[in-house]
Amino acid sequence: MSSVLSIPRISRRTGKVWRRNLDVFIKTWKVNFFPPLIEAFLYLSAIGLGIGTYVGSINGTPYINFIAPAVLAISAMNSAFFECTYGSYVRMYYQKSFDAIIATPLSIEDVIAGELLWGATRAVISVTIMLPVLVVFKVVSLPFSILVIPLAFIGGLTFAGLAMCFTAITPSIDTLNYPSFLLITPMMLFSGTFFPLTILPAVFQYIALAIFPLTHLVSLMRMATLPAITSLIVLNIAWILVATVIFCVISINLMRRRLIV
Amino acid sequence: MTGIIEADDLTKTYNDTAAVSHIRFSVLKGEIFGFLGPNGAGKTTTMRMIQCVSPRTSGTLLVFGLDPDTDPAAIKQRIGVVPQETNLDPDFTCEGNLLTYARYFDIPEIEAQKRAENLLAFVSLTEKRKTSIDKLSGGMKRRLILARALINNPDLLILDEPTIGLDPQARHLIWERLRLLRAQGNTIVLTTHYLDEAARLCDRLVIMDHGTFLVEGSPAELVRNHVGSEIIEMDNTPEVTTCLTQLGISYESLGEQVQIATDSSRELAKTLLDRCKNSRMSTRPATLEDVFLKLTGRTLRE
Repeated sequence: MSSVLSIPRISRRTGKVWRRNLDVFIKTWKVNFFPPLIEAFLYLSAIGLGIGTYVGSINGTPYINFIAPAVLAISAMNSAFFECTYGSYVRMYYQKSFDAIIATPLSIEDVIAGELLWGATRAVISVTIMLPVLVVFKVVSLPFSILVIPLAFIGGLTFAGLAMCFTAITPSIDTLNYPSFLLITPMMLFSGTFFPLTILPAVFQYIALAIFPLTHLVSLMRMATLPAITSLIVLNIAWILVATVIFCVISINLMRRRLIV
Repeated sequence: MTGIIEADDLTKTYNDTAAVSHIRFSVLKGEIFGFLGPNGAGKTTTMRMIQCVSPRTSGTLLVFGLDPDTDPAAIKQRIGVVPQETNLDPDFTCEGNLLTYARYFDIPEIEAQKRAENLLAFVSLTEKRKTSIDKLSGGMKRRLILARALINNPDLLILDEPTIGLDPQARHLIWERLRLLRAQGNTIVLTTHYLDEAARLCDRLVIMDHGTFLVEGSPAELVRNHVGSEIIEMDNTPEVTTCLTQLGISYESLGEQVQIATDSSRELAKTLLDRCKNSRMSTRPATLEDVFLKLTGRTLRE
């Protein structure tokens, strides 16, 4: 039995799985296009304008500008994570799509890699739809804010890989609720999203930096939208790149173990 | 001549349980080769090993002279698969399913369009071209799966229970198409529970149970060698069984009937009518089903 860390062999055919998902997405673009748009409005008005009125500014930054990159990062996280948990699980288990595809020249590694790339693409699509709204609200600055798009891809891939690890081991679709509520929700609240990490006790700051991918993605996106580079940039980039590789490799191996018997 | 598929000592175990145990067979070009057996006999496992989606535990297996462990993509490029479970893509129409599938085989889009159109006609689904999968009947779905399996012009077609749950019309249509494919030189491997299907379609077949082969041969050969040409059925009464025992004729009792397999039903029927009175008697040709039940027993399987 191969180890969960062995490097999977992926061919260029992985793009065909990505393309299949894109085709379905385009067919249903109306239902896919509006949620990120509305999500951006909701967050900005409720938290930015509502709570922001009381908060005023954080370290000299208007509160709405402070949370704007967090709104993007959370959306990237949710798109990729839910695509590669519930979305992939439905395709794997209910639609038997993976079984159908591996009867063709594609391998299971190609299929899972295509799903991961698609998860990352969903993150890019969400962030790309939301960004103009933030520009209109004048809460992000151009041109550096454009960098959130490539960041959404890398961060999206991190969350896609993490999600696929859960999908590979979940006994049923219901148990996917555990990572959603026990990991994604706390991460959304405690990753330096709606308040700076520095106001938390030191131990929580370290936990957030050590185990929450979102902490690093929010930090990087904030550097792009403000724009203001901090000394954390090296740690943030290194953490995300290493975590992405590890999550993706493990998820592909776990999926292989689940599906190839 | 080497076959399209060559298997020797092929074994597959799941957690120490042997699903397929030391089987040996070869499938020749242009024939329809059947795997028969009760549930859990190892048929689907064998299909999955040939399809390169389940690695074998030991033994050798060559498909087109290639090893599924080392050349899966090259083998899969040349085979078409009709799986037991309907796994059409519900996010696409009938045509969309064929076109998406064609892309997995690197078939250029214009060529794929042409093939999809021909295949939809081949399985009589041209009118359903733009229909989504969940609006198709069970029979239409199986026909579409057959069309999908043919999108890459496969040299080898693998069908796992191709007509499961279909009405007689749909089964006959699929049989007819399969014969047509054989006539065009395709090699077909199939599993089935329907013995009449196997008898009609297969040039050669094996009957499997508990992961091993019980017999191998052509349907007619198997019936002749293992049952005889005809079956006489009589009422299962004490008089009849006593009479048969006295005459030294071997029989099998099945509920209200006794069955006697024979090669010369006329003479035997005459003897029985003379000697064992008061019984209804009927004679019918022996079938593959008789062979199957004789070899695998009548115990219900999971």
